[in-house]
Amino acid sequence: MKRYTIFVITENFIGILNRITIIFTRRGINIDALTASESRIPGVHRITIEVTVTEETVIQLVNQIEKIIDVIKAFHHEDTGVVYQELALYKIPVSRLDGGLEKIIRDHHAKIIAAEPDFVVLELTGHKEKTRELLEILKGYGILEFARSGRVAVAKRMLTIDSFVN
Amino acid sequence: MQPPLKVALLINFKVMETKMRGADIVIRSLIAEQAELIFGYPGGAIMPVYDALYDYEGQIKHVLTRHEQGAVHAAQGYARISGKVGVCLATSGPGATNLITGLADAQIDSTPLVCITGQVAAHLLGTDAFQETDMMGISMPATKWNYQVRRAADIAPAIAKGFFIARSGRPGAVLIDITKNAQVELAAFNYQPCQEFRSYKTHHPVSDTAILQAAALLNEAARPYLLFGQGVILGKAEAELKSFLDKSGIPAASTLLGSGALSQEHPNYVGKLGMHGNYAPNLLTNQCDVLVAVGMRFDDRVTGDLSRYAKQAKVIHLELDPSEINKNVEANVAVLGNCKESLAKLTEAIASKKHESWMAKFRALEQQENEAVVQHDLMPTKVGLTMGEAIHHINRYKADDAVLVTDVGQHQMIAWRYFNYKKTRTQVTSGGLGTMGFALPAALGAQLHDYSRQVICVVGDGGIQMTIQELGTIMQTKAPVKIVLLNNNYLGMVRQWQQMFFDKRYSFTELDNPNFIMLAEAYGIKAKKVSDRADLAEAVEDMFIHDGPFFLEVVVEKEDNVFPMIATGCSVEEVRLN
Repeated sequence: MKRYTIFVITENFIGILNRITIIFTRRGINIDALTASESRIPGVHRITIEVTVTEETVIQLVNQIEKIIDVIKAFHHEDTGVVYQELALYKIPVSRLDGGLEKIIRDHHAKIIAAEPDFVVLELTGHKEKTRELLEILKGYGILEFARSGRVAVAKRMLTIDSFVN
Repeated sequence: MQPPLKVALLINFKVMETKMRGADIVIRSLIAEQAELIFGYPGGAIMPVYDALYDYEGQIKHVLTRHEQGAVHAAQGYARISGKVGVCLATSGPGATNLITGLADAQIDSTPLVCITGQVAAHLLGTDAFQETDMMGISMPATKWNYQVRRAADIAPAIAKGFFIARSGRPGAVLIDITKNAQVELAAFNYQPCQEFRSYKTHHPVSDTAILQAAALLNEAARPYLLFGQGVILGKAEAELKSFLDKSGIPAASTLLGSGALSQEHPNYVGKLGMHGNYAPNLLTNQCDVLVAVGMRFDDRVTGDLSRYAKQAKVIHLELDPSEINKNVEANVAVLGNCKESLAKLTEAIASKKHESWMAKFRALEQQENEAVVQHDLMPTKVGLTMGEAIHHINRYKADDAVLVTDVGQHQMIAWRYFNYKKTRTQVTSGGLGTMGFALPAALGAQLHDYSRQVICVVGDGGIQMTIQELGTIMQTKAPVKIVLLNNNYLGMVRQWQQMFFDKRYSFTELDNPNFIMLAEAYGIKAKKVSDRADLAEAVEDMFIHDGPFFLEVVVEKEDNVFPMIATGCSVEEVRLN
């Protein structure tokens, strides 16, 4: 089993995400992370799905996704084939702040993006391993909430979605 | 500012002329798609469409079934025989959910189908309104495409797209859900058929490289073997298949749904594949050196245990649907595209050959099957009638283009094994989904496509009772369907499995049945019951001679089994004769 990133380029129609996730559900495959957003081209959406499966399975998944009527194109990459990023937010109670936190923020290149009377919110952008490392440290500061986005990714191959759309 | 009166009148007049109710747009769109026959059942949320239908008598026919499931299976039967898109109408809520089995059945068996369902008004969506169901959500996994229309202006484009999707590429099931407000609102009607759109690829050009690779494998092969499926029928490639076999000399076997694509009298035809197929075609799958699969998808009922399926062979897969390639069996050469085109190209590229000693192996095993199974089925020594005998007599009287419609179970496998398929599009059965209750309405649909053609509905006592209400539709339409009920007072296939794999623990498989003859006669259908061998031939003959629908009940041996058989989890080479 390996970690794969599946890119799906679709029409922006109601229910398309449902049709895609059904393919995973039917085969009993867990989606590790999923993000959906508009693309550079109006009316065309891109969905990025992170999944840990065998190569054989990922090929079949992509073929079945591409068979969906409103899907324009689907393809997959290994981690080495994509440039990807994830965003994590950490909510820390003010009562637990001390001098040590400043060093942690500096060392991890995290940012304070909000400060409320009772808590602050830190932001860190990076791969899962990095955001998870900071989470472990912040557990010592009584972290209140943690949220991480799905993978946002672009392929390393020199190709654009225009070739599929037109 | 108010425009001058005259101008206002003129504008209104123009609007009146070109705009019409959404419900009329539905019917006119169906007519534009050359739909001749709709199967359906009215109800609250589809009433405007039924109201519109009243005005189009003579332009489009509607058949009122007795249940929405009957309507959808009838539309499937119609589609499978005509090659056209089957059309179905139902109301929202329960009417719509009753279509689901048929949608799933059509989708898995690649049958072109467009179902139109009424839906509550758009402003009520999501509020648990009366007869509201989330049809988009429910039908999504059972359809090739589904769409909800909430405005009258979107009806025609949705129907155009739906028909195009249903019939093009690998055909499938489409559901269009139309809210009630869209049916009564006005919109302009200007029908534009759908021919293409960017997210849907229907045509894959056949790769010449792949053809050359396939030809090279075949020219070197000592024991090549061809399997054909329904893709040949859907691709209208029957003549191309025949030419290919004539030139290549390769033995050819059929899947369940492929039956009829090649006449069983063709010299290369060696029989049927799968769990209850023939002995040689299954056994020799594991002895061929090149396996050519044409328009078939290596269903588990065909392959048995995949890890022991044709491992010795190089596989050539001719297939339209890219997602089927390497799904179950890895192809050494995949030829993507319509098999009509790829078979023709491959025929040109191969050397003319004969494979006499290889073919003789099939014939020798066929002889073994004849002695071990066929004689028991067709020339039984026991008192009780066998299902095979009934089919044997049907073969004697049927026309070459007679249509066999079967339900699901023992009778389906026996009818398939013994029916003499001579022409294409002569079979309707529920292959992929295995839907009991399919046959009676599907036979009705097949018959309504062509009243002059023989349509024989072979059905078991379990399955017929799942949709027996459609005898009412047969009565009303006077469709001359020949219904042959093979009655063993058991859910026979389940009982067979209980006998073989569950220590004869016959858990809930025995049936106390009604008097079927009285039941058929209550619907005004001529009926006859046969229990003795001496009466069978005459009864079958009477059935075919009778002008109109006929119900023939054949009481068969209670505990007979279907063989050969590949038990679940076994390999094709473990096919059993008893």
